[in-house]
Amino acid sequence: MMPAPTKQPSSEIKTAAPAAANAPEGEGKPTMESDAKLCATNLNFFYGSFQALHGISMQIYTNKVTAFIGPSGCGKSTFLRTLNRMYESVRGSRVEGTILLDGQSIFDVEVSGLRRRVGMVFQRSNPFPKSIFENVAYGLRINGMYEDRAGLRDSVERSLRRAALWDEVKDKLNQSAYGLSGGQQQRLCIARALAVDPEVLLLDEPCSALDPIATAKIEDLIFQLKSSCTIVIVTHNMQQAARVADNTGFFLLGRLIEFDSTTVIFKTPACKETEDYVTGRFG
Amino acid sequence: MTNGLLLRRKAVNAVMLTITGLCAFLAAGVLVYILGYLFVHGAASLNWNFFTKLPTPVGETGGGMANAIVGSAKLVMIASCVGIPIGFLAGVYLAEFGGGTFSFLVRYVTDLLNGVPSIVIGIFAYTVIVLPQKHFSALAGGLALGVMMIPIAVRSTEEFLRAVPVSLREGAVALGATKAKSILTVVIPAAKNGIITGIMLNLARVSGETAPLLFTSFSNRYWSEGLSQPTAALPVMIFTYAIAPYEDWHQQAWSAGFVLLTLVLAVNVIARLILARRKHVAR
Repeated sequence: MMPAPTKQPSSEIKTAAPAAANAPEGEGKPTMESDAKLCATNLNFFYGSFQALHGISMQIYTNKVTAFIGPSGCGKSTFLRTLNRMYESVRGSRVEGTILLDGQSIFDVEVSGLRRRVGMVFQRSNPFPKSIFENVAYGLRINGMYEDRAGLRDSVERSLRRAALWDEVKDKLNQSAYGLSGGQQQRLCIARALAVDPEVLLLDEPCSALDPIATAKIEDLIFQLKSSCTIVIVTHNMQQAARVADNTGFFLLGRLIEFDSTTVIFKTPACKETEDYVTGRFG
Repeated sequence: MTNGLLLRRKAVNAVMLTITGLCAFLAAGVLVYILGYLFVHGAASLNWNFFTKLPTPVGETGGGMANAIVGSAKLVMIASCVGIPIGFLAGVYLAEFGGGTFSFLVRYVTDLLNGVPSIVIGIFAYTVIVLPQKHFSALAGGLALGVMMIPIAVRSTEEFLRAVPVSLREGAVALGATKAKSILTVVIPAAKNGIITGIMLNLARVSGETAPLLFTSFSNRYWSEGLSQPTAALPVMIFTYAIAPYEDWHQQAWSAGFVLLTLVLAVNVIARLILARRKHVAR
């Protein structure tokens, strides 16, 4: 294990060498191999003939928050969408390289099972036109993850509590989810994703359509959730990455420029491009 | 701006506003006029007997069109059994699974079918059912109406399914739903009200069709049993009674027209109420 960040931490992480772990100051981090939930190696992604991702290699650590930052169109959302194979519904999309979830290739497992383990919350909240209860129960129902009516209710309540929404909706579980505010709807979507007990939660700019108060609630939530869940968040908002993330990856033009602990990325980035971006010189 | 120019603009505005307003008034006025005319002529001779009695022989007064009301209901039922499943499932295919040359052809052909004059569809049913069976039947009439329902059912189903946002589909598959499951549990329920509305308007439309019935279900002055006998239907009765040389038949034709229009209007209003409720819930 390396005791302190070097000047080229990202390249070491990219090679995924066993001992290339990069300990942020102060806290000791176990080696990557034993601690990596998701491991992408040399990932290329194509929309038809357009290559959107170039040789991305990265480790996403268990029970940590990993943030992706970068200007629009840099490939950070595309990369996120490869992690649960959401890209597959896009005609003409193609992936090269490997992604391992707990050491097993995500391309070898059944896709619906993968998505149950790797949940996703989208940029714009997308509750189903159903009641609040049925929204949260949806994943449990389609995956047959409940014993009886009482068990279903318990799971729904637990998920709503984990999403810090229970107190606000407990008296109107049978009302339409569309009656909730934007921030509540987004937390409902998080509760819906949590209901099936995912090991990884992918958040695709979850706060970009929310006001600062609702954003703060979601950020608090992310903080609480990481004890039970590995979280990957794409964000346009650099302060948000700095606040919530343990590790941050900086994407530019389809390449992972630098990946390191959040402190390093924002305080002492190794690459010029990263520094320019986080200091607001472009993007 | 000169004063003259301003006056000219005001004048043009006044003239155009009058013309467009007048046309709008005429468009709505035609319906009100028809309704009022039918009410004055039809409601006068409308009585309980109209709904409960059979037509009387020529020369006798009184009687009703009970058999035609039941006959129309029967025909529309048969038509629904043919038109709704085929139209709905084809619409699901086009919206959710189509995309290639085959879908293009199906869309093109349904649009063509929609433009085929209804009497030609009557001839079709006459050729495939009436000629081999050597007698007119409710079945042949119902089939002709059913064929007429298909194109609109296909296109309205397709359009309402397409209107379901991608974000809802993504939300479902991100929770581990297969494509089929997401269509059954999220997409179709989200489009349900629209699809039902489309079907109701479709039913209202074919229930007023006369031409395809003239040589398929033909007509009947008595109760028609089962599906293999010729049957009376309101639109055909209106046609027959209106061109007959008897004054009391003309009165009954007015009454039948009034009843038919009232039913069609009621279905329309209910359908639009359902659609309005949908907008209230979904975005």
